[in-house]
Order: sequence, then C-alpha cells, then structure tokens
Amino acid sequence: MKLRSPHLLGIEFLEPEEITAILDAAETFAEISTREIKKVPTLRGKTVVNFFVEPSTRTRSSFELAEKRLSADSLNFSTSTSSLVKGETLLDTARNLEAMAPDFIVIRHSEPGAPHFLARHCRSSVINAGDGAHEHPTQALLDAFTMRRRGRRFPGLRVAIVGDILHSRVARSNVLLLTRMGADVTVCGPPTLLPRGIERLGCRATHRMEEAIEGADVVMMLRVQLERMRAGFFPTLREYARLFGLDGARLRLAAPDALVMHPGPINRGVEIMGDVADGAASVILEQVTNGVAVRMAVLYLLAGGAERETAA
Amino acid sequence: MRLLLRNGRVLDPASGVDDTLDVLIEDGRIARLEAKIPARGAEVADLAGLVVCPGFLDMHVHLREPGQEWKETIATGTRAAAAGGFTGVACMPNTVPVNDSRSVTESILRTAARDAVVAVYPVGCVSKGQAGEELAEMADMFEAGARAFSDDGQPVASGLLLRKALEYSRLFDVPILDHCEDSGLVAGGVVHEGDVSTRMGLRGWPGVAEDVVVQRDVLLAEYTAGRLHVAHLSTGRSADIVRRAKKAGIRVTCEATPHHLALTDEAVSGFDTNAKMNPPLRPESDRRALLKALQDGTVDAIATDHAPHHADEKNVEFSRAPFGIVGLETAVSVCLDRLVHGGTIGLPRLVELFTSGPARILGLAKGTLAPGADADVTVLDPNRRVTVDPARFRSKSANTPFAGWSLRGAPVMTLVAGRIVHDGR
Ligand SMILES: [Zn+2]
Ligand SMILES: [Zn+2]
Repeated sequence: MKLRSPHLLGIEFLEPEEITAILDAAETFAEISTREIKKVPTLRGKTVVNFFVEPSTRTRSSFELAEKRLSADSLNFSTSTSSLVKGETLLDTARNLEAMAPDFIVIRHSEPGAPHFLARHCRSSVINAGDGAHEHPTQALLDAFTMRRRGRRFPGLRVAIVGDILHSRVARSNVLLLTRMGADVTVCGPPTLLPRGIERLGCRATHRMEEAIEGADVVMMLRVQLERMRAGFFPTLREYARLFGLDGARLRLAAPDALVMHPGPINRGVEIMGDVADGAASVILEQVTNGVAVRMAVLYLLAGGAERETAA
Repeated sequence: MRLLLRNGRVLDPASGVDDTLDVLIEDGRIARLEAKIPARGAEVADLAGLVVCPGFLDMHVHLREPGQEWKETIATGTRAAAAGGFTGVACMPNTVPVNDSRSVTESILRTAARDAVVAVYPVGCVSKGQAGEELAEMADMFEAGARAFSDDGQPVASGLLLRKALEYSRLFDVPILDHCEDSGLVAGGVVHEGDVSTRMGLRGWPGVAEDVVVQRDVLLAEYTAGRLHVAHLSTGRSADIVRRAKKAGIRVTCEATPHHLALTDEAVSGFDTNAKMNPPLRPESDRRALLKALQDGTVDAIATDHAPHHADEKNVEFSRAPFGIVGLETAVSVCLDRLVHGGTIGLPRLVELFTSGPARILGLAKGTLAPGADADVTVLDPNRRVTVDPARFRSKSANTPFAGWSLRGAPVMTLVAGRIVHDGR
C-alpha cells in the first residue's frame, strides 16, 4: 500500500484504506519497539528536519524517536534556534530548509495551513505535527491505533471528545478520522468552546457532559488552557472542572470497559481527576508509546512503503 | 477635438436611454446623442455590437499613494481602473500619512493631476490620524476636493464620534462611509465564522459583528439626519437592516463588492490568502441575500474595495496575510458574467450600479451621457470571452481570487473627458 499524497497534511485528505494501512504498518513497528534492538534500517540515508515553531517537547520527542528507530538522520530546527523570531518569513525559512534537501519536514506551527504552505514551496514530504487549531493527524492516528490495539472496532464505536473543541486540532483530526472509519462521535464542551457548525464534520455536539459520556466506549479528554479563561471562554478553572472534568462518578456513566484517553499533557484536577488518569480505564501512557510506532509507520509509508524497501 | 462613437447600443439608465445611437463628443463633453450623426471631420469609432455607457465609477479603492507605493500608485491604480472600464475612482484615506487634512488631500489631487488617467475623488478621514477619537478637519478637506469621509480600514468604533461625524458632515451634505465591524466581536477573526472556519481551524469573523454596527449606524443616521453609506455590505442581515432603514426614509446607502457577490467562504479552502479580505467572504445564504438586495434596489452601488498588496505580503501563513484583494481589472467582467449572464439583474441595472448609483452617493455630476455631461464613457462588449490573467494587470499587485477564471463580458474602451484612456477593442 502506498499513500496517494507525498505529504501528511491532515486526516482530511486520507481515505479509510490509507488510514487502515497506516494502522497496519504501525502494528509492525510496535512489535519492533518491543525488541532488544529497536532499530531498523528503513530510512537509512534519509534526512528528516523537525521544524517546530511552536514548542512541543512530547510530539517532537516522539517524532525524533521514530526517526532514530528508522535510522534516519534527523535535525531539529526549532523557534529558539531559527530566525523566525528575527522576522524571517515562513517562505524564507522554507527555502532555507529546502536548501538542505531533506526528505521529510515535520512541522509544528501555531498557524493553520502552515504545513500546506510548506508543502507548496518545498520538494520534501511534509508531515503536519499540529497546525494551530486545524489538524494534528498523527495524534488522531495514534489515538485510533490505541483504540484498535485495545480491541475496539470503529464501526459503531461510541467516542466522546470533551473539552475545548474550538481551539483543538486533536478534536478536529479525531472527528475526521473516527467518523470516516464509521465511529459514532460526540463532542462536548461549554457553548463558548464549541465551534459553530461542528456537527457538519459528521459528529454530534452537546453541552452536557453526562449526555456525551453515557454509554461511551471511549472518553477522550482535551487539555484546557488557562489562557482560555483569561480570554473569557469560561469563568474559572474551578467551574470548568465542575462542569466538564472527568471524575470517577462521571466515568461510571460510560460503558463498563470504556477507555479513557488524553493527548497530554494533562491538568490533574481540571479536565481529568488524578484517580481517573491513573485508573484502570486510562490508556494515556499507551497513547505515548503508540505514538512512536504510528509515526514510524507514517514516515515509512510516505517514503514509499514496501516498494522502497524492496528496492533498498 | 471631436469624436464620434457610432452604431453602439447607448445605455444610460440615468436619462432613460437604451437605443442604437451615435454619440458626438466635442471638447470633452457629450454634444449630441442621435441616430446617424454625420462625421463632418470628427474622428470616428465604430462601436457596432458594443454597449456605450456612462463612465463607470468605483467609489471604494485603495490607491496606496502616498506611502505604500510598492503596492500601488496613483499612476498604476488609475491605469488599472481605465483598463477595467472605470473613469473615476474614490480613494480611501488609509494611506501613509492618512488623508486627514487639506494638505494631504491637495497632495493626492496634485499627484492625480500629474499621474492619473481617470478622475480621482479623495475620501477624507473621519478622525484625526484615523485614530477614531477627534473629528478631522472635514470642511478644509471638502473645500480641497474630498467627496466623502471614512476611516475605512477600520470602523468608526465610537458611537459618539460617528454621531458627530454624521452631524458635522451635514454642513456639506456628504456621506460618511463606514466600514462596519465590531472589532471586539471580530476578535482576530480571519474568515467567516461558520463551517469553513470550523473545518480549517481558523479564527471566525462572524456576520453578526457587521450587523450590529450597521444597525447602530442606521439608528444614528436616523437620529442625526446625517448621510450614512455602508461600505462593502457582506451579510443578508445587514442588507435587511439597510432595506428597512430606506423604507423608513433614513438617509442610508450601501455598496456591495463583486467578490462578495461572486464568491463564498469556500474560496479560502486550501488557505488561499488571495481570498482573504475584510469583511470576509460569506456563505452561500448571505451571497444569495446580497443578490436579492441588488435586485430590489437595496444596494446602490457596486464597488471593488480594490486593496492591492505585494505578493510577498500575501505569500505567508493565512492568519498573517493582510486583508484585501485587487478588483479594478476584474470587477466588470465578473459582474457581467455572474450577475447579468447569470440572470440576477439586467444590464441596465448593472450599469446603474456602476454609474448613477455611486455618482449620486458622492454628489458627482457624473454617471450620465446626457448632452452637456462630461464625456466619461465606458464601452462594454457583453459577450467577449476573457480569461483573468494577473500577469497582465496594470495594477502593481496581482492579489486576486479570480486568476484563471473564464468570464463572458468585458470593458473594451474607456474615455475620460472625451479622451481615450484605454482601448482594448
Ligand atoms: Zn473596509
Ligand atoms: Zn476598503
């Protein structure tokens, strides 16, 4: 299986078969990650630039590890070291990156569409590692992979995504991916944090957490940021936690074997209570582990998948 | 200097003329309008199959001079206007420095006298420094030639300032052109708030942020008996407010842009910064409501909001790109194709929206081909097929969402005071 596009800009452009192919490939790489020697030569001689204009230790580390395990040469190009702070435009930066002739550029940026911009101006394969409130495709893929590894099948799977939907790329990519795979998705948050017309992406929307969680097979909590309170989206973190925090009592409304997920980093006591985050239903750390395998799969398939492997 | 325009369909809604006639131009004015005028030594242009209209006016243009000459100048902007079929443009005051005083108004008109190929009507600032606080010297600017006042680029945010502007401008009976936007509600929005902003994760600019200001402005216009003009109307609700206000006898007029009439917010898919403008493109329901407002007379003028930006300024992340698109060289073709051939309005109504409509708002003795009028003439070929090619624009900038569009209908000749300033026949 080969992906149709040389880039992974968003779930928006992926067909269900491509999503399945990525998840299947990730199974192989998850197995490799349990071996004594966790390295394969798949991307030997390939260069990956991790271009992170917005700080993200977790996603970057996950990509870095995926690249190292595939034997790629990787280079971190982050805000503090780049000249974006000195007023260089993204176009200039793109040209500079292009001059290094990387095979892949992994980009994290605060502006929606920045990866698409890069893809238009560079020959490299561009992987979107999060663009503003738009998409975070590898997160949605690793979330789906985590559900699948836990034996969940997507058709009819009831998933509740709770929190700041308005500003969340994780929510958008997950809604796109899960609905495309046949899951039944409900997003939930205060009316100020639910974007208008979100239902048109194929999910349900509610302001009542109990309604969202009731009978859910997966409860995905989103991180809420203090700056949203300052911008007036909700009065206080305390009140937010009271209305939209996941505690044990609320979790009992979900299906008995429900999974609790969170893209991290978590705010204990705000969107998720500590005992739930650490409880039996939580797969939050598995998400982190699976992230590496999924990112390996994405790099592998974008590099040409099996075709390239036989050629090498 | 005599010029005879022969065999064209003369379409002058202001004087109720729609007939195949010859037009004789003498000394920069319309001398006669009759069937079969003998040439008697006049230069002859045969316009059979073409439509001869009063000169088109664009009452909302950003010429960028002084101060931002890398985007546009009075020389290039007016050449773009001439090529686009316009014989006159009103230029917005958000230049550098802003046009908030007699000296800047005079300097714009001096440069125009030297460089412009079409008429230039400066719009003065409502407020000093366009800072939205104190009234600018409107009387001085009016005497120097300003024909309207606006803080465009920004709204007149203060209700108190707008009230004073509407009152004070009654001294010269000129309109206040307001860019209606509640900046607090817009909250950094870059595209219409709706399905597209939700899908793309871009900050939304809700239609209601325009509507609340249009409603406020209308109430103040009623209270002060001043003349209000709503710039670039973009929502169905705002159109309703203006329609009701007109019925109630409030002195309000409005304009719509070709892009809000021809495009929806779907045009920003793919993060095309050339589809980013303020107010933003709206969904189909708003677009349809604007078409209805064109039909029923709610809209008084079509204006481009020509807003040139350098390619480097637009070639950035979507949220960081400046708002605005060029419009002078595409407006007439887009409107002929989408509105006239598209069946929304007839050609006479379109001509009215480009001629007598804006002339009346700006108080100009223009927009007609009646004998004695200035010989400002726009000649249209309603059936010519054109493909929009930004590389051939006269404008310094090429930031258009219409690149590559194939359109039916085009301006083919432009005359200003009897002089041919563009001939693309
Ligand atoms: Zn404006
Ligand atoms: Zn404007």
